[in-house]
Amino acid sequence: MSRPNDGPLIDVRDLERTFDVRRRVEGRRRRVREQVVAVHDLTFSVDAGEMVGYIGPNGAGKSTTIKMLTGILVPSGGEVRVGGLDPSRQRVDLARRIGVVFGQRSTLWWDLPLRDSFELLQKMYRIPPARYRENLDRFVDLLDLGAQLDTPVRQLSLGQRMRGDITAALLHDPEVIYLDEPTIGLDVVSKGRLREFLRALNAERGTTLLLTTHDLQDIEALCDRVIVIDHGTSVYDGSLAGLHAQGGSRRTLVVDLVDEAPPIDVPGAEVRTVEGPRQWLSFPSDASAAPIVAAVAAAYDVADLSIQEPDIEDVIRDLYSRGA
Amino acid sequence: MLHVAVATRAFRRYSTYRAATVSGIFTNSVFGIIYSFAYLALWEANPTAGGYDAQDAVTYVWLGQALLMTIALWGGGTTDDLAERVRTGDIAIDLYRPVGLVGWYLASDLGRAAYHLLTRGFGPTVIGLVVFDIALPGSALDAAAFAVSLVLAVVVSFAIRFLVASTAFWLLDQSGVKVMSGAFAIFFSGMMLPLVLFPGWLGTVANALPWASYVQVPADIWLGKHQGVDLLAALSFQVAWAVVLLAACHGVLRLATRKVVVQGG
Repeated sequence: MSRPNDGPLIDVRDLERTFDVRRRVEGRRRRVREQVVAVHDLTFSVDAGEMVGYIGPNGAGKSTTIKMLTGILVPSGGEVRVGGLDPSRQRVDLARRIGVVFGQRSTLWWDLPLRDSFELLQKMYRIPPARYRENLDRFVDLLDLGAQLDTPVRQLSLGQRMRGDITAALLHDPEVIYLDEPTIGLDVVSKGRLREFLRALNAERGTTLLLTTHDLQDIEALCDRVIVIDHGTSVYDGSLAGLHAQGGSRRTLVVDLVDEAPPIDVPGAEVRTVEGPRQWLSFPSDASAAPIVAAVAAAYDVADLSIQEPDIEDVIRDLYSRGA
Repeated sequence: MLHVAVATRAFRRYSTYRAATVSGIFTNSVFGIIYSFAYLALWEANPTAGGYDAQDAVTYVWLGQALLMTIALWGGGTTDDLAERVRTGDIAIDLYRPVGLVGWYLASDLGRAAYHLLTRGFGPTVIGLVVFDIALPGSALDAAAFAVSLVLAVVVSFAIRFLVASTAFWLLDQSGVKVMSGAFAIFFSGMMLPLVLFPGWLGTVANALPWASYVQVPADIWLGKHQGVDLLAALSFQVAWAVVLLAACHGVLRLATRKVVVQGG
């Protein structure tokens, strides 16, 4: 779709959002008024066609940012532009051009069969009938929803509902889609299929993706770029590899020895925990596991080995502790 | 087109509660009978009270029972969905859509009202007609005007219920306000007692308030009390309240979305 300006699709500058909160304080009869800063001095931009992971701990300001990007929350300060529009002032115009998916909420109507929900959306977004059929056929095929089209939403499994929600968010060919924990609660197979679908969508249609998640694998599978937010401001903006390196995150090698032994001593790794014959060794994420595994295997009788990847929380926590 | 689809869906959704519909018609009819005898006793004592004769009075009772659910006098209807969605935070999803909330919920409520009119409205009216020989509109014009007035009654009632539900944006829960609003509605709509019986300034005030649109105005049109310019004035009264209140709905919604945090992540 053509936009009047050739700047970034999403442009956030010095964004601020504060909330007034009344808090009960012990010993005082009246509640105390406090200002909570949810987003502070946030600046970033996203170009059309990018797939960006937007991550941070709970309460970091992720949802607040998304709400301002979609126009349902008015910024206290700073500027937001999405596709050249001011979201909170042009919410309805913008809504035609974006899609939103929540892992924890459904945009479908629980008492309607999927097909009826989709038809309601067709009318709502005024999708041309031919385009609607084409999109519906394609998504139903890709997401394997054919058998569920006539089932009321309340009877769908979480995975089915999620796929229904994704279809609902994409029927009107949005330029950008916001996904909030889209794989939460899904099994491994469903997660994998969903990621594959989103990747294909981005490759084929150039749909811009902004993904908030706590699942590092979502990010690894989908996003070339990660924005980490903490205390309402961006603390990292760059590649995922760079995040690992900067965060100094560590992977863990779990070694099951044949017999109990004193802590394993190999170069490049240190023992974190020993429990009987099992030992946990930690080593930097950017180092190869191969020489460490080889060294352990050469020196000890090993029954089993496994490697644990750092999860996003660890990476972020490391990032903060380093920054502090 | 969208709004027709929304209304149709609401109609269908309400039509799934068959047992509730049947027991509702039964309840309306029982109350209709009780009120009819009470009013008959009253008009026996004063045969021209409020300018009604006994048949007018009994007709008024059955119209009230027929309108009760159609206009959702007690509150409720699809605006309860709105309040619930505000409470749970699902309202965020409604706000992500390229469609105005007021129009959306109004369409939905009109679909609901259509269903309640055909069942909870029509059912008791037939009973009233058979048992109490209630009056029918005197002319095709009165009947048509009544139909218009009925739609306006639903719109005015919707707007008030929407405003009540909107308080959930600030209070998180509409129920206290809803009870209060229901009490006002039952008194000032003329459901309890026709407003024509209200004396002096109370009558003047009651007839000027929006709730008069609920029962008193449509019933008087049905009874042929408004003719000619007077009929136009009665309908204009409803239109004026509908416009003012719907504008208030838009205003409140704008305030709500500007000021209030949408619940939950």
